[in-house]
Amino acid sequence: MGGGLVGSPVEAAPLRAAPHDHRAPATPQLVRSAEVLRLEDVTIAYDRHPVVHHISGAFQARSLTALVGPNGAGKSTLLKAIAGLLPVTAGEIRFGIDRRAIGYLPQVVDVDRSFPLRVVDVVDFGHWRKIGALHRLAREDRAASVAAVAAVGLAGLEHQPIGKLSVGQFQRVLFARLMVQEAALILLDEPFNAIDQKTTADLMDVVRGWQAEGRTVIAALHDLEQVKRDFPDALLMARELVAWGPARQTLSDENLARARALAGGWSDPAAAICAR
Amino acid sequence: MQLVHDVLAQPFIEFGFMRRALVACLALSISAGPIGVFLVLRRMSLMGDAMSHAILPGAAIGFLVAGLSLWAMSLGGLVVALVVALSAGAMSRVTPLKEDAALAGFFLISLALGVLLVSVKGSSVDLLHILFGTLLAVSDSALLLIAGASTVTVVALALVYRTLILECFDPGFLRAVGGRGGLAHATFLALVVLNMVAAMQALGTLMAIGLMMLPATSARLWTISIGRMVGLAVLLAMLSSVAGLIVSYHVNLPSGPSVILAAGCVYLVSLAVGSNGGLLRRYIRRPHLEH
Repeated sequence: MGGGLVGSPVEAAPLRAAPHDHRAPATPQLVRSAEVLRLEDVTIAYDRHPVVHHISGAFQARSLTALVGPNGAGKSTLLKAIAGLLPVTAGEIRFGIDRRAIGYLPQVVDVDRSFPLRVVDVVDFGHWRKIGALHRLAREDRAASVAAVAAVGLAGLEHQPIGKLSVGQFQRVLFARLMVQEAALILLDEPFNAIDQKTTADLMDVVRGWQAEGRTVIAALHDLEQVKRDFPDALLMARELVAWGPARQTLSDENLARARALAGGWSDPAAAICAR
Repeated sequence: MQLVHDVLAQPFIEFGFMRRALVACLALSISAGPIGVFLVLRRMSLMGDAMSHAILPGAAIGFLVAGLSLWAMSLGGLVVALVVALSAGAMSRVTPLKEDAALAGFFLISLALGVLLVSVKGSSVDLLHILFGTLLAVSDSALLLIAGASTVTVVALALVYRTLILECFDPGFLRAVGGRGGLAHATFLALVVLNMVAAMQALGTLMAIGLMMLPATSARLWTISIGRMVGLAVLLAMLSSVAGLIVSYHVNLPSGPSVILAAGCVYLVSLAVGSNGGLLRRYIRRPHLEH
């Protein structure tokens, strides 16, 4: 990116000379923030075996993208790397937002459900970036937590111990926690696994609400019908990028067949060093 | 009234060593209660036990160097147990071993080494003192050590309280939001060791675990709020201390084990009738509700 050049005196002069031109090129800052996230030839490997292989592309602000692909296609791995929980082996992930403004819901939330916490206590943890380990939870933060609990359809259950919740209700709680994180970019890894239709529909409304508020959402999903129905964009990957664009085109039979074919070639343990 | 006074107050009024024992136990209760709650929440109940063994070689080295000196033995115990606890924690993070397996390996080595070292110079009586303490002969310096450890523990726990809870409940989330889970965990392990070393002369390293675990486990059976668990654990530990000392005085039993057994009785009662998962609730059938 020729970033700093526009702001330098050499380039700034012609801009001032033409103040009437409202279509003046946007500043690099704006370009960067319209693009929440850019993958530049990203490869992520476990023990040298790539699970995400040379993927490039960008997520625009306010986009709602489904991450689709067969099992083992690297969807979770890519989300973890974006969340900053895994190092990128090669290439680079560039952010147009503060990296701390990322909310991440893993596929398996490894929690002890008998843990002595109430619903609202769990949601309160969403304020961590704000209050950290030591600061007091402000009254308005608590109010935000209670509002989030209501927004995910659990109004009145704030003080319920989490051990008494169903799987679907607990997923709603985790969505409420994401909600109070006020993240600009939200990553969901298989958020609707083992979740019934009603809960899925309700939580999908929450996701659309996030998008309407200007947040960007990337969700790894398996239900292709749901993706075509609910998601404007899709990224189809099978370790390699297969297609990325409007959901219906991306999930064409042809592309899906290509993803399946790629998935067939992963069991070979003796792989040569990648020349790309 | 006179009887109550004679039974409950007389021993402490009459004998300085009883007062010392009481102060030692109460101070230990204040810090051991909350430590125990977190050991329970972290499912590390048995690890405290393992860690108490790791104190032994350190205390033995102190004993070999300086004889029966409280400070030398405490310092030795503290250093060795910290090294064992922290390296077990580190090993569990960088190797496929879980923390309990990593710790078991280290503490078995420590225990064998400790027994070996003590027997080189000391006698089995000395070993018994380290393991089970001498509550009725608590020295001034031991009282200071206990009070100091208790104070440090309460302050340090307050600082890492929220991090520890989230680290127990959802470590992945804590990592994702940039919390210092590893630091909180290391601090906590250090506090566990500190409390066991502080309790070494009074209750002994093995018995000290009793004052940590039993009240905390009991508290878990009465409430589902972590804050209340902490408070209740401290209260139950204090209650057990007083009850144990009084019984040991009147029936002429060893005091350390009496205190722990009193805590054990509280635990058994809680198991039976605890309002949060006690056995009685399980077996009393109450008619079910409409929804």
